[in-house]
Amino acid sequence: MSFLLVQALSGLATAATLFLVSSGLTIVFGVTRIVNFAHGSFYMVGAYAGWSLIERFGGTAAGFWGSVAAAAIAVGCLGAAMEIGLLRRLYRSPELFQLLGTFGVVLVVQDLAAWGWGSEDLLGRRAPGLKGSIDILGQSFPLYDLVLIGLGPLVLALLWALFNRTRWGTLVRAATQDREMASALGVDPARLFTGVLFLGGALAGLGGALQVPREAVTLQMDMAIVVEAFVVVVVGGMGSLTGAFLASLLIGQLQAFGILVFPQITLVLVFLFMAVVLVLRPHGLLGRAEEAPPTAPAAVTVPLAAGRNAGWWALALLAAMAALPLAVGDYALILLTETVILALFAASLHLLIGLGGLVSFGHAAWFGLGAYGAALLVRHLGAPMPLALAGAPLLAGAGALVAGWFCVRRSGLYFAMLTLAFAQIAWSVAFQWYAVTGGDNGILGVWPSPWAAGKAAYYWLTLALCGGALWLLRRAAFAPFGYALRAGRDSGLRAESVGIDVRRFQWMAFVLAGAAAGLAGGLYAFAKGSVFPTLLAVPLSVDALVMVLMGGIQTVAGPLAGAAAFHLLESEVMSLTDWWRLALGLVIVALVLLFPRGIVGFVAGLRGRA
Amino acid sequence: MNDPLSSPLPPPVPPPLLTVEGLQAWYGRAHILDGVALSVGRGEVVALMGRNGAGKTTTLKAVMGLAQRRAAVLRFDGRDLAALPAHRIARLGIGYVPEDRRIFADLTVEENLEVGRQPPRPGAPAWTPDKLYELFPNLKEMRGRRGTRMSGGEQQMLTLARTLMGNPSLLLLDEPSEGLAPLIVRQMAEAVRRLKAEGLSVLLSEQSLSFAAAVADRACVIETGRLRWTGAMADLLADRQVRTAYLAV
Repeated sequence: MSFLLVQALSGLATAATLFLVSSGLTIVFGVTRIVNFAHGSFYMVGAYAGWSLIERFGGTAAGFWGSVAAAAIAVGCLGAAMEIGLLRRLYRSPELFQLLGTFGVVLVVQDLAAWGWGSEDLLGRRAPGLKGSIDILGQSFPLYDLVLIGLGPLVLALLWALFNRTRWGTLVRAATQDREMASALGVDPARLFTGVLFLGGALAGLGGALQVPREAVTLQMDMAIVVEAFVVVVVGGMGSLTGAFLASLLIGQLQAFGILVFPQITLVLVFLFMAVVLVLRPHGLLGRAEEAPPTAPAAVTVPLAAGRNAGWWALALLAAMAALPLAVGDYALILLTETVILALFAASLHLLIGLGGLVSFGHAAWFGLGAYGAALLVRHLGAPMPLALAGAPLLAGAGALVAGWFCVRRSGLYFAMLTLAFAQIAWSVAFQWYAVTGGDNGILGVWPSPWAAGKAAYYWLTLALCGGALWLLRRAAFAPFGYALRAGRDSGLRAESVGIDVRRFQWMAFVLAGAAAGLAGGLYAFAKGSVFPTLLAVPLSVDALVMVLMGGIQTVAGPLAGAAAFHLLESEVMSLTDWWRLALGLVIVALVLLFPRGIVGFVAGLRGRA
Repeated sequence: MNDPLSSPLPPPVPPPLLTVEGLQAWYGRAHILDGVALSVGRGEVVALMGRNGAGKTTTLKAVMGLAQRRAAVLRFDGRDLAALPAHRIARLGIGYVPEDRRIFADLTVEENLEVGRQPPRPGAPAWTPDKLYELFPNLKEMRGRRGTRMSGGEQQMLTLARTLMGNPSLLLLDEPSEGLAPLIVRQMAEAVRRLKAEGLSVLLSEQSLSFAAAVADRACVIETGRLRWTGAMADLLADRQVRTAYLAV
């Protein structure tokens, strides 16, 4: 009994931190309508800055709490700087650009933190006066955690007062609802939003700094917390403070008790909980339906046109590529094989984004599922390569069939969040289920059949399979299926009214894209000879988005060119530096800033000026 | 410099408060206004008349900086508005009352008023919530009510009151009588006359000739984004030809 009580209390302490971080995320989202990936980075920087300050000044209680406050304020300034430098330019951009832009910041901050504080985990000192623990029904419980538990409701109350009892808060709420009207009344929205980002950053920084006495400061804290905070925000209802508080409590308890019952799948539990909540209450626990759903600025405005003689060009390209093994060496062939695989991966994502207007932030799930499917078939059933390769798209497609049923129920940002959640579920299974997947050791020894073992032979096999799949995707794009998808993308209501079951088509597209990505994943597993959980992780999903973005969303050939350019950049340029995250992050931010309305908008803008 | 008490000799013909010449405006690629010209004098009520889609709303939005625009002259109280964003224009003393009201639905009546509040401005009447409750008694009773739970007429009162909280010297009033019950329309007309009496200048867009006739000194008639006629309200009422050409439905 007392054990359960202590467990519940430690769940509350977790909830307090979770609330501090997710309250900032939900406030920033509510006002700017941007889901800020870099929010986790704010948390991490808060922890690092807090650690440094506490090491120096944390000997006394005043020094400790002063350090925590200073860290929070410093991170708040970082948030304000990010609003001025980046977010401000993205308010009118498609969601894809907003998500990618803030993810670019995540990469940059990761490398900067590694540069500043090193990659060793840092253990901080404990809070003076709160080092001990107290006795609760015979169980000891850390005093510091009790303070945290009290801090959650206190911050909620302060935030409530800020938004409901001050002029600043009133203006922020007004600008949240109707930015243009607020500006017509003399309110400068830009300054308000800078302030909101300061607040959001400071809350995340506070959460991070408060963690210093509790756990090690690491370079992995950012993604871990931001994904959890996403879940909290989505479960609570995006933009709702009280909702975030409630969701933090529930998820804190879920984690505290989940670890007792299902230690293997605590991560999965959290995401399952989110999926269930979203099906029962599509806008989260306390979220409200948008009066006018934020019209997702379509990523695409120019119709996708079949190029003249496209078929002949494609055949010529295929022939040229098939002839390449006669001319180039093994290393180039490996690179080419990977490029062809990534091209299929990017093209499958392009089907969702370009045709369906569905920005998936977890497309790596299907790539990884295909890779793991093939690897598991080989390892546990001793399947030969052809069978494993056939199983890859089937398993990925089946996964996409289940996940898609949930995901296509929502559009825009919620869709992106749901796909992210499913990718995280898949990742946590691969990561935590040691017995089957080998955890982070991965599965080794996934080699092609002898007839395909040569670099050239495997390249030809990849080319044939990917070429076939790409041809199929292209056919789908220009079949009635593709037209129906585009109709649903451009105007869901109008498409429905002419009798198109938009959701069903989106679901089919999701499955098709998942299966195609799965085939790419299967081929990748045999090309590398091994699979690891990183194949399902967020960075790979982002890589796919960057490929699609680099190639341009408006053309069928875009993802192919994007994959080639990206892979070249990644393998030839970024491998030269240890700071590849910094480099990639800057590339992403630059892409997003240079083409804030998408590459199509950029081209159209040039045309308009001419 | 515009304080009448401090200038010993007012110029014989004071420059208009708002001067617009050659105004062009766009929504995306759609070219909506093509050379609108008008002016509003101090203390004057000008009605911008025209059929649906003539460009009345766009004209007001373009002045306010809410539509993409270009103008040969766009001057308010001696200041050039062309390069200013909406919030700076509002702070110069132009109050904008949108046609679709755009009440902040999550905010109470009092909070809506608070959003509009700006410091008092010399040369313009100064408003307080109490003074506005006097002008619109209905609002007082629902001070704590949220914007969602109000009738159309009440919302129209609130949106006007909210803009007045910024103590404007010029009011841009978009279709104040649209969609309102006859009784409320009369109250609105009465309110506009009161504002004029307080010294406010008003540019209002209107389709209803009777409403315009009840409040306006002058009228400007536009059609397909161009100015077609301008003159005294009384002359418009007398000129059947202009009315049938540009206003009759």
